[in-house]
Amino acid sequence: MKNKVKRAEFLQAGVIGASAIGTGGLLSLPKFLGYKEHSPWRFFTDEEGLVLEDILEQIIPTDEWLGAKDAGVGNFIDKHLMGINKVHQSTYRKGLVSIGESCKLIYKKSFSEMSFKDQHAFLTMMEKGKLSRKAQKDQPDTVAFWEPNEDRKFFNMLVDHCMQGYYGSPRHGGNKDYVSYRMIDLDYPFIIGQNRYEENS
Amino acid sequence: MKGHVNAIVVGSGAGGGCAAKELAEAGMSVVLFERGGWVTLDDHDHDELISQRTSVLGNAHGPDNERYRRVRVSPDGKSRIVLPNDYAYGNIAATVGSGTVSYGAMGWRFMPEDFKMKTTYGHVEGSTLDDWPITYEDMEPFYEKAEWEVGVSGDDSKNPFGPPRKKDFPMPPFPLNREGKLLHKTAKKMGLNPFPIPMLRNSVSYEGRPKCYKMRTCVGFACPVNAKNGSHNTVIPAAIATGNCELRINCQVVKITQNSKGHLTGIEYYDDKMQKQTQTADVIVLAASATETPRLMFNSASKHHPNGIGNRYDWLGRNLQGHAYCGAQGIFENETFDDRGSGACVAISDYNHHNPGIIGGAVLANEFTRLPYMFSKIRPPKSPRWGLEHKKFQAKNYKRLGMVMGPYQEIPSFKARVDIDPKVKDAWGMPVARLSGHGHPRDFEGTDFLSKKAEEWLIQAGAVETWRKGHHKHKRLSGGVHQAGTCRMGKDPQSSVCDKYCRVHETSNLFIADGSPLVTNGGFNPALTIMANGFRVGDYIAKEWKNGNKFKA
Repeated sequence: MKNKVKRAEFLQAGVIGASAIGTGGLLSLPKFLGYKEHSPWRFFTDEEGLVLEDILEQIIPTDEWLGAKDAGVGNFIDKHLMGINKVHQSTYRKGLVSIGESCKLIYKKSFSEMSFKDQHAFLTMMEKGKLSRKAQKDQPDTVAFWEPNEDRKFFNMLVDHCMQGYYGSPRHGGNKDYVSYRMIDLDYPFIIGQNRYEENS
Repeated sequence: MKGHVNAIVVGSGAGGGCAAKELAEAGMSVVLFERGGWVTLDDHDHDELISQRTSVLGNAHGPDNERYRRVRVSPDGKSRIVLPNDYAYGNIAATVGSGTVSYGAMGWRFMPEDFKMKTTYGHVEGSTLDDWPITYEDMEPFYEKAEWEVGVSGDDSKNPFGPPRKKDFPMPPFPLNREGKLLHKTAKKMGLNPFPIPMLRNSVSYEGRPKCYKMRTCVGFACPVNAKNGSHNTVIPAAIATGNCELRINCQVVKITQNSKGHLTGIEYYDDKMQKQTQTADVIVLAASATETPRLMFNSASKHHPNGIGNRYDWLGRNLQGHAYCGAQGIFENETFDDRGSGACVAISDYNHHNPGIIGGAVLANEFTRLPYMFSKIRPPKSPRWGLEHKKFQAKNYKRLGMVMGPYQEIPSFKARVDIDPKVKDAWGMPVARLSGHGHPRDFEGTDFLSKKAEEWLIQAGAVETWRKGHHKHKRLSGGVHQAGTCRMGKDPQSSVCDKYCRVHETSNLFIADGSPLVTNGGFNPALTIMANGFRVGDYIAKEWKNGNKFKA
């Protein structure tokens, strides 16, 4: 929601700016209002967006085919959090904070600074709901950052949304250049009348 | 059509469309109400994420998340509001033709046993399992009518369990795809009786509509070439062509109106401009789905019908059924996928009835084409759900999957029900449907049995790894696109909602023509049965009308 407000201010600023053309202030005005130029995100802050993309890259990593990050899955999630998935906005906002706090406590680093292997281990704990349960002795206890099962539920949502973005139609903002369809060797988009099949075979 | 009409039909899906045609052809003036509008494939294209099969980004054919909601009560008693694109909503499409636009289009007849489940299996403790007040023989002429007027491709001459038929299918069966051929060959070797699935799709051009060209995106989608047959492209145009039927779209019916004596006089609805309107009629036919029909009857409570219309004995909205889907999946060494849609093509009826120790059963068939997002959830148990291994599995095995599923005929439960929520309202200010209760515990015996048979079939076909689906024991409430049973037809008004012609007890002029009157739901997809019953109800009303019955109190 924060960004949305900024955008409204930006639009107003545009009106002021338009009348100020000639004084050379148009481009600097938005900055003056705190608007980040060229931010690719609609819902997420830049910081949230970067962490999200690193998580998504774990869920569908790069191999000979693009990973979730480069396939635009972050963009997919961001886009739909401002649409049909708006009910999940607070889940994402709070979940990313809890991930950040948990990583800081366990690994003394942010998620993005952790090694690929540590990131995987961390998400596996999340998948199993371990972060919201009391830790074994001599392990750092992250239970304060999560409601019971919240870690597992948020991770399930991340996986589901990631699969939708990567394997769904590119028109929704992910699956860049039909990468997943090329990976599984599906002709797509359909070209009606051209990729159909012979009779009775 | 202006002013009073002879008949109102609420809902233009499988049952409502067929009933409307019968009435209009008999010369009755009819207004057919539909809450949605017309849709085509172009509205959402071949988009897996906005389809009627996978609605994670919305229902392609409605209803929308803005105006509609329901309340779902989980088995532990907790209530929550669910939106239409949530699976738990139990959605059926809001469009002219409803689910018949986007269905997988299997055109099954139920078997004679399906009409007399209690006679066949006896009383089942904790269940309302019962016989229908009509037999298969009563329904047979209307099955035939549905097969010919809507259009079914098939051949059940190789199915020794097929119900008796007087006339062949109007179109030849579809050829089998690669997965279908493999399973067909295997089933024969196993001593089973495989046959092509009857489909409400055109294997050859039919009645001016073209033949199917086998899209991968069939189930869940509108057909781009009009080769899939539903009420929207068959019976509704025929009804309109009589000049006696007006289709009124984008109209939300909210109430059945009554006079001071409690006689039903018509309906109240909101038009496409959200203006409240009334329409009076001699006869009212509800075909709004097994959730929305009882909701409308609850929402029409009055001093003459204090618990809702047809609910004197608390049977309205009871016995909500769908199907307990079960089966198996397996990975093959060679590719099984040849991209010939709709995918499902071969079936066996060997396990529909008379399975030792099991109540009922189901047809087992190979599954519709699995699209990429859906396939991302298809993994062997314990296989990773994410990460590099998950991705490699997707790349390697998308075309190596085999899948056999069956709609196990649920054992009806009185507590599985639809009623209305005391607090939550929709955009028109009407109390929303509340879904609660759960299916019968013995369903598990059937799903366990069938999923093992399905797995065996895949193993014999050469699958290198197999696993079973849907044979879990946990409590579940069914419904969904196969929803049925909530306005049971019966001989005894104290244990049913409507009579054998689906006229609601204690009314002279209210009929039901969707899945609601079905006593049990067969081990088959129910669309053709709902169509046949729509024709049967329409036929009865039309004959009575011609005999001078004006359906007065």
